[in-house]
Amino acid sequence: MKKKLLISLLLLAGLAQVHAQTLRVGLAEDPDALDPTRARSFVGRIVFSALCDKLFDIDEKLNIVPQLAQSYAWSADSKALTIKVRPGVTFHDGEKLDAAAVKFNIERHKTLPGSNRRGELAPVTSVDVVDAMTVRLNLKEPFAPLLATLTDRAGMMVSPKAAQAEGEKFASNPVCSGPFKFVERVAQDRIVLERYDGYWNKQNVHFDKVTYTPIPDATVRLANLKSGQLDFIERVASSDIEKLIAEKKLKVARITEIGYQGITINIGKSERAQQNPLGRDPRVREAFELSLDRQGLAQVVMDNEATVGNQWVAPSNAFYAKNVPVPKRDIAKAKALLKAAGVPHPSFTLLTSTSSDAQRIALVVQAMTREAGFDVKIQAAEFATSLNMADKGDFDAYVLAWSGRPDPDGNLFSFHGCKQPLNYAGYCSAETDKLLDQSRALLDPAARKKVFEQIAAQVLKERPVVYLYHRNWLWAYSPKLSGVRDIPDGLLRVTGLKMAP
Amino acid sequence: MFEFLLKRLASVVPTLILVSVLIFGLQQLLPGDPAMVLAGEEQDPTVVAYLRVKLHLDKPLPVRYGYWVAGVLKGDLGESIRSQEPVLTLVLQKLPVTVELALLAFAIALLIGIPAGVVSAVGRGTAWDALANGFSLWGISTPNFWLGILLIMLFSVQLGWLPASGYVSPFVDLRANLAAMIMPAFVLGNGIAGVLMRHTRSAMLQVMSADYVRTARAKGLSERVVVLKHALRNALTPIITLGALELGTLLSGAVLTEQVFTIPGFGKLVVDSVFNRDYAVVQGVVLVTASAYITLNLLADLAYFAVNPKLRS
Repeated sequence: MKKKLLISLLLLAGLAQVHAQTLRVGLAEDPDALDPTRARSFVGRIVFSALCDKLFDIDEKLNIVPQLAQSYAWSADSKALTIKVRPGVTFHDGEKLDAAAVKFNIERHKTLPGSNRRGELAPVTSVDVVDAMTVRLNLKEPFAPLLATLTDRAGMMVSPKAAQAEGEKFASNPVCSGPFKFVERVAQDRIVLERYDGYWNKQNVHFDKVTYTPIPDATVRLANLKSGQLDFIERVASSDIEKLIAEKKLKVARITEIGYQGITINIGKSERAQQNPLGRDPRVREAFELSLDRQGLAQVVMDNEATVGNQWVAPSNAFYAKNVPVPKRDIAKAKALLKAAGVPHPSFTLLTSTSSDAQRIALVVQAMTREAGFDVKIQAAEFATSLNMADKGDFDAYVLAWSGRPDPDGNLFSFHGCKQPLNYAGYCSAETDKLLDQSRALLDPAARKKVFEQIAAQVLKERPVVYLYHRNWLWAYSPKLSGVRDIPDGLLRVTGLKMAP
Repeated sequence: MFEFLLKRLASVVPTLILVSVLIFGLQQLLPGDPAMVLAGEEQDPTVVAYLRVKLHLDKPLPVRYGYWVAGVLKGDLGESIRSQEPVLTLVLQKLPVTVELALLAFAIALLIGIPAGVVSAVGRGTAWDALANGFSLWGISTPNFWLGILLIMLFSVQLGWLPASGYVSPFVDLRANLAAMIMPAFVLGNGIAGVLMRHTRSAMLQVMSADYVRTARAKGLSERVVVLKHALRNALTPIITLGALELGTLLSGAVLTEQVFTIPGFGKLVVDSVFNRDYAVVQGVVLVTASAYITLNLLADLAYFAVNPKLRS
């Protein structure tokens, strides 16, 4: 009898193992369109990392590793990138991934009306199918950040058949080649994905389903995790982290982001730059930077869940320019600079969005710089409004964060190149432009690093952006969940994740 | 009565037109460019330009209004510019959720508010009165989001009795649906119960001192019959008006409560859409909400006929 009971218990346990396992993820926002070509939001990329594989991926150390690509080679003149496609990969509709599919996708990214990938792939002039499984991307000029670009949405491959059939409606039923396939989406409620049995790396997929639930409030998100409604949440409030670690009931990950938090200064975007001492005189900007205590800022605003920095990449990044270290706070020097500039008490308006982080930064900056003689007025505007004001140059200084790209070029070129779309500061220097072009043309990391050092020396003395710190991605998850990879882009990779019974 | 109904129905059309012009116009006064919000972090100028043309933002305001009205008349409320789903689909997805939440909350409000108001009016000056007044004050002055988070902490995190979120359709699993809805419905109903109680109490106090109540008592009717049949029925007219207004507000979506409990209803939809400058969605939702308001007011008018025979003649 006992034996029978034991056997049935074991059987039951076995059944429980087989029973469908779902990974439930809490997101901070509702993603936008689920079409890699048109997608625009950060949070959408979290869903894509389960839904759509890319030609390349990045690892914990920001190294580029092949995903749908098997290998790659640059041509001698660095103007062509040949990619061997991984064999045996199929899309969720069973179609095969081959060189023609890659060509279709790159061309779709480049030509679809409303494509948000067009700018990223602008250096690619044409795509050749070399053989069934080899494709060649031809470039206008050498472009080192291309591989990094292909680790994000520009490298995601969708089924050409589905994309052609669905047309405009592709986003409501995306067909990719990731570990999970699309099941349903109810806007602002849930996105449901289900394991794809034909996945090329399926031995590393240990869930049957993944659901993503957008819960904007961090407290509520955490309450859902604590009550067992969710298994994983992103963007935990920094004020909750210390307690979570002390409680030891949940696992926590803290990963330095690849983006940054900074203050953009209008130095040439509009006439307003010349009307204000901060925009007009580099000495005033230097005094402004010297009056800031970055560690203090990180402590008050982020509960120390940030690494201070003064550049577009964090000090731990391989491309950080060591020749321009983080300056220490120096009120005496700041005062002397303001005196030399003839404005001992400069006044300017600091524009912020209404997010609580941005507002706290503005308040702390206001208090810190007052000691050096600055009179900072804070203007808070809801995000869409503040963005519009920044674009028109209707600001003196603007608290603005960037989510970051794996290659430094993605944090740099668009912000400091003349007339580039994200250059809200209005910074423009022929010499910097030349150096930026050079940094794109060099494939050798050591040589690129030297150019980045020159760019840092050039740009940071003008201070179009005063970089403050690099936030930590804060994740919390069930103690039963293992295999979470701390990748600095802040996107949860679902392959390799396992839930202990 | 029929004539009255016709007149009321005829007034609906100009009201709706006015609402549509207002919502369309007011949204355009919002600073911020929807194309820029939609273009995301990258702000690729070709994308911004493409979106401007696609959303007709390059056309003058009256032309844009024309596009929208023409669509609405054909039953096409447009497409969400963020998720690229048809607005009608979004509205139809959210409407049943919001209606269910509103009705549950309203039922809770009625079940608590009216008896509490009657008890406190009948027992004026007693401990019951003080208790009901205290409850009403609590209901009116407790912020929904705060009460919501407290309930989640208690019933979901500490006790583990109810889910903290996770809306399930009642057609899929009624039990799970009610488990997910009971806390948000209570949070919403609690506030309205307070308001209803105050109004019921004052209406009842007025009616209870009327001559016919004294007559009814003099006839030797039991206090129960006097209160429930004679007094309450006459006190109901102002309560119906208030109830219709409160229900209308509930139907327009309970923004904070929906956020806290992650209920995928109208409130969440409209707030997210305003921040994303998703004009089409905001317009669609407001149009539907306005229609709901108008219908409810019409129903409230009809309810007067039911409770007040004097109006029927």
